[in-house]
Amino acid sequence: MSDANGPLLSIRDLKTYFVTGAGSARAVDGVSLELYPGETLGIVGESGSGKTVTSLSVLRLVPEPPGHIMPGSLIEFEGRNLLTLSPGELRAVRGNQIAMVFQEPMSSLNPVFTVGEQIAEVARVHLKVSKPEAWIRAVDMLNQVGVPDADRRAYEYPHQLSGGTCQRVMIAMALMCHPKVLIADEPTTALDVTVQAQILELLEKKQAEMGMAVMLITHDLGIVAGAADRVVVMYAGQVVETAGTTDLFAGPLHPYTAGLLASVPRLDGGRGELTGIPGTVPPATSWPVGCRFHPRCPHAWDRCRTQEPPLLEGPRPGQSARCWMVEEPNRRKAP
Amino acid sequence: MTARPTIALVGALVLAMGAVELLRLRARRTGSGGRFFAHRSAVWGVRILLFFTVAALLAPLVAPYDPAAQPGIVTLQNMPPSWAHPLGTDAYSSDIWSRLVYGGRVSLGIGLLATLVAMSVGVTIGAVAGYARGWIDAILMRLVDVGLAVPRIFMLLLAVAYWNRIPLSILVLLLGLTGWFTTSRLVRAEALSLRGRPFVDAARALGASPTRVLIRHLLPSALAPIIVSAVLSVGNVMLLEAGLSFLGFGVQPPTPSWGTMVADGQAQLALAPWTSFFPGLTIALVVMSWNAVGDALRDAFDPRPEHA
Repeated sequence: MSDANGPLLSIRDLKTYFVTGAGSARAVDGVSLELYPGETLGIVGESGSGKTVTSLSVLRLVPEPPGHIMPGSLIEFEGRNLLTLSPGELRAVRGNQIAMVFQEPMSSLNPVFTVGEQIAEVARVHLKVSKPEAWIRAVDMLNQVGVPDADRRAYEYPHQLSGGTCQRVMIAMALMCHPKVLIADEPTTALDVTVQAQILELLEKKQAEMGMAVMLITHDLGIVAGAADRVVVMYAGQVVETAGTTDLFAGPLHPYTAGLLASVPRLDGGRGELTGIPGTVPPATSWPVGCRFHPRCPHAWDRCRTQEPPLLEGPRPGQSARCWMVEEPNRRKAP
Repeated sequence: MTARPTIALVGALVLAMGAVELLRLRARRTGSGGRFFAHRSAVWGVRILLFFTVAALLAPLVAPYDPAAQPGIVTLQNMPPSWAHPLGTDAYSSDIWSRLVYGGRVSLGIGLLATLVAMSVGVTIGAVAGYARGWIDAILMRLVDVGLAVPRIFMLLLAVAYWNRIPLSILVLLLGLTGWFTTSRLVRAEALSLRGRPFVDAARALGASPTRVLIRHLLPSALAPIIVSAVLSVGNVMLLEAGLSFLGFGVQPPTPSWGTMVADGQAQLALAPWTSFFPGLTIALVVMSWNAVGDALRDAFDPRPEHA
């Protein structure tokens, strides 16, 4: 068992590859990260950076085939490697100790059952309670996630509810068994901005009540700034920077992180133009040699094109980046 | 024909007609119900099926005679339709109407039970193949390919040849076990498309077992095509049963089935055409009804707006 100060969930050298017609797509290629009890870890990256596949790999939900978690990967939760659990043991973890909230609340609910039935199903599966008892718990959970008129709403079908309410239902399902870890994969992307704030607030409130750790996957740095304690930035299937939230926003080490920050409008910034990162994420079947970001990097020099940097410790504790400029800071060009 | 069977017959007719009108009133308000009742042939199909089902269920009341009785093998054989024998008598002087009613029990029963067998096997295999994918899917679907490559009647004749007098239960099983191939393909396709839906992933993420995902999350959404295929299958099975019985390999006399009745009448077709005509007409009507109902159900379940 992990001790009190150790990580609750630790991912070591996770490699999830997909077999495609164009060769093997290395969607997640050697990702390591830790999630500590009670904290919120933001995972940020563009589409195709591997953040969703990382989260799906934790519960082994990657479709197999074509997906495949390579041997040598390790996902340790409370001293057990989730990758070697039997299907039965894994099901006892899913939804019970590690729960997940998905991006599309409307389509993540089964259209042919009432939301009450679907929440109750979780209680039936994991808590082994009777049907009426499960229903009572389902209505109670609906109440807890702030759905008004819960005992009536429980009888409604997903199509009768708004996107925000559906996401509350998904959260109710995820929190039914008081999980230790909640993985939220872009939980607010499909929702209106006002509803986004409510859902994030709800997640924060439930996290404080239940003391669970949250892995918050998003492409929205604004959400990370508001909600996360620590941030992991992913690019091209790798972790390129990890830091405490304040450190990351104050002084990003990796040019990719800096690019992401520069492309977000700021209230306190000047009226200057927003700068994007030129180019797109390369296809996962052929990552660039050397540093995977070098084709898009304004600072790249010869070393970046040939040698792949490891995660290097930066000047601030707890901040490290996969960039040679950590070793050679004078290579950084002025913006 | 005496009073009791006449009253029972009228009763069956009224029941069938009345039930349809009642259904129509209740269903017209819903979109799919309206689409179903827009098919006039299907409405007649439901009436015909209800009539024959009620008559078969109430056979002792509806039939004026014992279907096996041979009251006058010499004097009463091959009598044309009359008041005493509304559809005439056959070569053994049995009343054709009575045999038709009792034969309905056998023919409809075989059709329904064999379909139940076929659907159980087909849905299970299709759902497992579509959900598991990979080599399980490959093996099961190649099996289906083989099954579909051999003509069904041929398979049945081969299998039936093992028995001298085939028991009804075996006949039902054989008809069922040769009829699940298309259904399993259909269900596999549904399962394949449904398993990619986010709510299936969400269910798995919350710890649902494969069995639970299949039964709770995949099958309810695949129910519509399963029902349509079941209804169409009943007509198909009844036609096969009639064919087998006509060839003498199906239901064995003296048990009346519509197929055997057609076969029995065949010898005196020129002398007493009604002995084959009425059972043949019944088979045609009932099979067409099943098909019409199946087609209308397909439309009714299809939520897309009108198409040609």
